Amino acid sequence: MTFDINGKTFAKTPRAGQCLRTFLRDLGHFGVKKGCDAGDCGACTVLLDGEPVHSCLIPAFRAEGHAVTTIEGFAPDGGTHPLQQAFLDAQGFQCGFCTAGMILTCASLNQAQRQDLGVSLKGNICRCTGYRSIEDALDGKRNIEDADAGTAFGRSLPAPAGPLVVRGAAPYTFDTKIDGLLHVKLLRSPHPHAKIVSIDKSAALAVSGVHAVLTHEDAPKLLFSTARHEKDWMDPEDTRVLDDVVRFIGQKVAAVVAETEAAAEEGCRRLQVDYELLPAVFDPAEAIAPGAPALHGDKTVERRITNPARNLVAETHGEYGDVAKGLAEAAVTYEGTFTTQRVQHAALETHGGLAWIDANGILNVRSSTQVPFLTRRGLSQIFDLPPERIRVFCERVGGGFGGKQEMFVEDILALAALKTGRPVKLEFTREEQFIATSTRHPMRVKVKAGADNDGKLTALQLDVLSNTGAYGNHAGPVMFHAVAESVSVYNCPNKRVDGVVAYTNTLPAGAFRGYGLPQGLFAVEAAIDELAKQLSINPFEFRRRNVVKPGDPMLSPPPSQYHDVLYGSYGLDQCLDLVERAMSAETPRHGLAPEWLVGDGMALTMIDTVPPAGHLSDSKIALREDGGFDLTVGTAEFGNGTSTVHRQIAASALATTVDRIVLKQSDTAHGGHDTGAYGSAGIFVAGRATQHAAENLAAAIKALAAEMTEGDAGSCVLDNETVVCGKRRLSFAELAKAAKARGGVLEASGSADGTPRSVSFNVQGFRVAVNKATGEVRILKSVQAADAGRVANPMQCRGQIEGGVAQALGAALYEELVIDDGGRVINPRFRDYHLPSYADVPRTEVFFAETSDAVGPMGAKSMSESPYNPVAAALGNAIANATGIRFTSVPFKPDRLFPALHEKYGETKT
Amino acid sequence: MDLNTITEVAHPKSRAQLPVWTAGDAWLAGGTWLFSEPQAHLRRLIDLTELKWPALTIGDDNFTIAATCTVAQLDGFACPPDWIASPLINQCCRSFLASFKIWKTATVGGNICMSLPAGPMISLTSALDGIATIWQADGGERTIPVMDFITGNQQNLLRPGDLLRQIDIPLASLRRRSAFRQISLTPVGRSATLLIGSIDSDSGFALTVTAATIRPIRLAFASIPEQEELRETILQRIPDNLYHTDIHGKPIWRKHMTLRLAEEIRAELKAQP
Ligand SMILES: Cc1cc2nc3c(=O)[nH]c(=O)nc-3n(C[C@H](O)[C@H](O)[C@H](O)COP(=O)(O)OP(=O)(O)OC[C@H]3O[C@@H](n4cnc5c(N)ncnc54)[C@H](O)[C@@H]3O)c2cc1C
Ligand code: FES
Ligand code: FES
Repeated sequence: MTFDINGKTFAKTPRAGQCLRTFLRDLGHFGVKKGCDAGDCGACTVLLDGEPVHSCLIPAFRAEGHAVTTIEGFAPDGGTHPLQQAFLDAQGFQCGFCTAGMILTCASLNQAQRQDLGVSLKGNICRCTGYRSIEDALDGKRNIEDADAGTAFGRSLPAPAGPLVVRGAAPYTFDTKIDGLLHVKLLRSPHPHAKIVSIDKSAALAVSGVHAVLTHEDAPKLLFSTARHEKDWMDPEDTRVLDDVVRFIGQKVAAVVAETEAAAEEGCRRLQVDYELLPAVFDPAEAIAPGAPALHGDKTVERRITNPARNLVAETHGEYGDVAKGLAEAAVTYEGTFTTQRVQHAALETHGGLAWIDANGILNVRSSTQVPFLTRRGLSQIFDLPPERIRVFCERVGGGFGGKQEMFVEDILALAALKTGRPVKLEFTREEQFIATSTRHPMRVKVKAGADNDGKLTALQLDVLSNTGAYGNHAGPVMFHAVAESVSVYNCPNKRVDGVVAYTNTLPAGAFRGYGLPQGLFAVEAAIDELAKQLSINPFEFRRRNVVKPGDPMLSPPPSQYHDVLYGSYGLDQCLDLVERAMSAETPRHGLAPEWLVGDGMALTMIDTVPPAGHLSDSKIALREDGGFDLTVGTAEFGNGTSTVHRQIAASALATTVDRIVLKQSDTAHGGHDTGAYGSAGIFVAGRATQHAAENLAAAIKALAAEMTEGDAGSCVLDNETVVCGKRRLSFAELAKAAKARGGVLEASGSADGTPRSVSFNVQGFRVAVNKATGEVRILKSVQAADAGRVANPMQCRGQIEGGVAQALGAALYEELVIDDGGRVINPRFRDYHLPSYADVPRTEVFFAETSDAVGPMGAKSMSESPYNPVAAALGNAIANATGIRFTSVPFKPDRLFPALHEKYGETKT
Repeated sequence: MDLNTITEVAHPKSRAQLPVWTAGDAWLAGGTWLFSEPQAHLRRLIDLTELKWPALTIGDDNFTIAATCTVAQLDGFACPPDWIASPLINQCCRSFLASFKIWKTATVGGNICMSLPAGPMISLTSALDGIATIWQADGGERTIPVMDFITGNQQNLLRPGDLLRQIDIPLASLRRRSAFRQISLTPVGRSATLLIGSIDSDSGFALTVTAATIRPIRLAFASIPEQEELRETILQRIPDNLYHTDIHGKPIWRKHMTLRLAEEIRAELKAQP
């Protein structure tokens, strides 16, 4: 068969059941992405005879005789199509994984469709942006700025990878061709709890093309956690690469390594596994009750499981003052139980990676990860290899949201590469993503709170039950975080916290944007609102009376061992004012029928700018001979925008422009260490390291210049890519030459250790309309104010906030991963797990507090998780205000709200 | 996605060329569902496109929609002006969760044969009294009203090897006044309740309930009923176990939305001259 792709003719016959998407990728068109492989996300959109189609749904043979255009061929001769330019000008992307499909779809819309983007873009999911910047691109708005040398910090500069992203040329994890590649597919457990008695591999090995079958017998015995933290002690050691006990439906049982995915799949189907079924438990309360089957009963407390016999991974208990007394003395009290569901990160790029052993015997792993350095450490422990024999790196990552602060694939990839000696690839399907990676921790939070007549809190108590699923990755730290800043942001003489986290025979929970805080906040901020209402005090005012202010201790019981959180800056007061002012503007009812009830709600959040117990980062920077710089950082880019900011920091410190700084990142082969891009540390910690490195280099440049001019380094200044020493001006290029002549290069390094830490704040306000007859919720107004310190890049920071609000709205309104009574995920696909689409996301007005942080790099603070945190709570408060009903579980779907609305308002006349 | 167990695709050009139906076969229409889920039990696809059935034809009594007519072709069809029910076509197309990009590939027949409660082509053709023609594997042929063809969630009267050939819509049905209501848990999401009401030339009122229920349900009245009568009829004729339950809507909510939207339709059709 012959195919016309981007104007070129290819002679190749696709496999009978092959879809166009993989056919195009096999031919090297890596701009065609896979988000779902099921028609739902639009990342694979290509043009067929000029019209957009989802290439994952098109049988490849049907493209014969039709013109196929991928993003790579969209603009003639490698140029830039006006729409690609528009996406650059508006920066209508973050991770960029959706961008090719988005551009090709948008380019084909007619005028009517452009007026109705909610409908016409319903087949294109963007998980990162919240769609505003995509709308801007379509409206031809320019959101980017230029910056003169030395002034980059604080300006809305574009992402360096942008031109590649819009052309589909930015390499992501799987966008490479490796000769001799073998494919890994995993057989997954159909049982929630079972012992593997035997695995008969013979039929699988007989499949043509199958090279190896790996089972628990091949896997190292070492127990570890998939969670990656700087300190291993944060997580229990309860996981093996392949175990002889399976503890949830979907757990990997065996890996088949074969020449094609098809052969590997066939091998999986032919494996004969004999299971001995074990009793299972799915509910966390039942799991910690006496007599429940113990998931990890074979392990001891040495494995950092608080009580393996009782399925207790971790717990916390503490009290300041006397809560019972505080409640008894309160003028008003509130008590409620709040539940949060399982939600999935749904980064558009699935987990996966490639591994190979290079000519020097080094095990290389290229994966979709937020934590290459900690993954290398994990592999080194598991396979007992010295770290220098392992290289882990990532290219551009297609979204993370915490889900890639785990080692879900690298272990099996390494095992397969080591066993076969061949390069191997494992790319999760969207279904695997849903049934076998991780989710947010579902929590049940009981809250009790009281306040006196002056509106001062007298008691605040939380009792948390968290469900970590079958493995304890992030179980403890997430639970501790859920009850930390949610409680410590309020002054209250009597506070009590109880928390436990339980194992159940379900898909594990793990790190997720917000890291427990959204779940804790959902209860606390509701209680605060209820108290304010009972006292007839405006919710902003009530909070003002109770929130911590600089100088106040930030306390959540039991006492913390970490005392390094300080008020590097404080903008909560400004955030409250900004949102209150914005919310006071009236919103037209837009012809809403009387059955729509309108109400306002708000919530606040505080977050430590770095996770506790150390977060390390090293940066290196060197002056090139052309007067530019090579900056090497460890932190990864997955749409968080840190690559932009690192260059801005360095350019500002070195009086140059960002285009003069070439960034290399997220590769253990570059040396140094980086704890990873999590806990919003990409700017606050890694940026600090870059600032130090750049400042050190600036000092070295001045020193050399002083030597050359026989002046005093103290009086030399950097200015516009030169050093001015007295009357002399030396260009950076001249200095580089001089350094070379002296037998060296000018380079410097810097590090940061994540301490001390500061605090960031966000306040979210919503005005909603709730239809009392249908349960539908419409957002009439959304406002968020953020205290991000000195904002390194206002455009990007706004994008993080909008994206956070959108993702949180998904979790508050629609998303839920449902597990049935037998422990099976019933909706492992986007079609049944509704991610916010263009039509679902309102525009959010974003405001920044004016502060500058004493601790953060150049005054900046972190701002990538926290915008997510207050959203569900604020929405719950708005719905309560509108309907007079306190809904205590998310998501607030129409069919969930309906019964209580119906009970209260009855059958409404239409 | 790649369907890796498929080893062969047949491309029959006529009924005579249809291969003998064997276990592991599937008709390939648009493929928008087939290629959206793993199909490890399948070995061969029988591609329907080269049968080249004319997508849409207007006959003396019927409007004939070939099973292979795409959603986009149907949506783009220039209907005669006296087909006052024709807005239903676009309304139903827009009720797909799938976007316009998929309408170009997805077929009407594929949607009906999928037999999902949220199948908008089922809503459309059942409300318009469509009759399905089925080519049997034994060479025979039979016709069944779409209303009866769908028997439950992803259940229908197709037997192995049966091929849906076409849907015939009586022209009279297209000349009826109609009203449409749809609701979903999300603004442009999958239909959770989709109701179509119509008035025939004898002032008879028919209400077709779809999406809310596991199969289409038709309620017919000699004339537009009063509010209470409509409500009572719905409550009586649709037992709770017919309401569909899945992630896209709880049954109790679908039931109440059925009652609500039915009343809106009644009021709309009553208000018109
Ligand atoms: C993003 C997305 C959203 C979707 N939203 C919806 C939705 O809202 N509602 C909904 O109902 N569906 C939905 N679908 C499913 C599917 O796309 C539609 O049902 C579509 O109309 C199926 O048509 P097709 O031609 O693509 O069918 P195919 O995928 O080709 O076939 C579907 C099934 O019907 C059989 N079949 C097809 N034609 C015939 C025939 N003539 N005779 C006998 N059997 C036949 C096939 O063998 C197969 O089992 C969605 C799919 C995607 C990818
Ligand atoms: S990959 Fe094709 S639509 Fe998602
Ligand atoms: S930028 Fe759209 S998915 Fe990441």
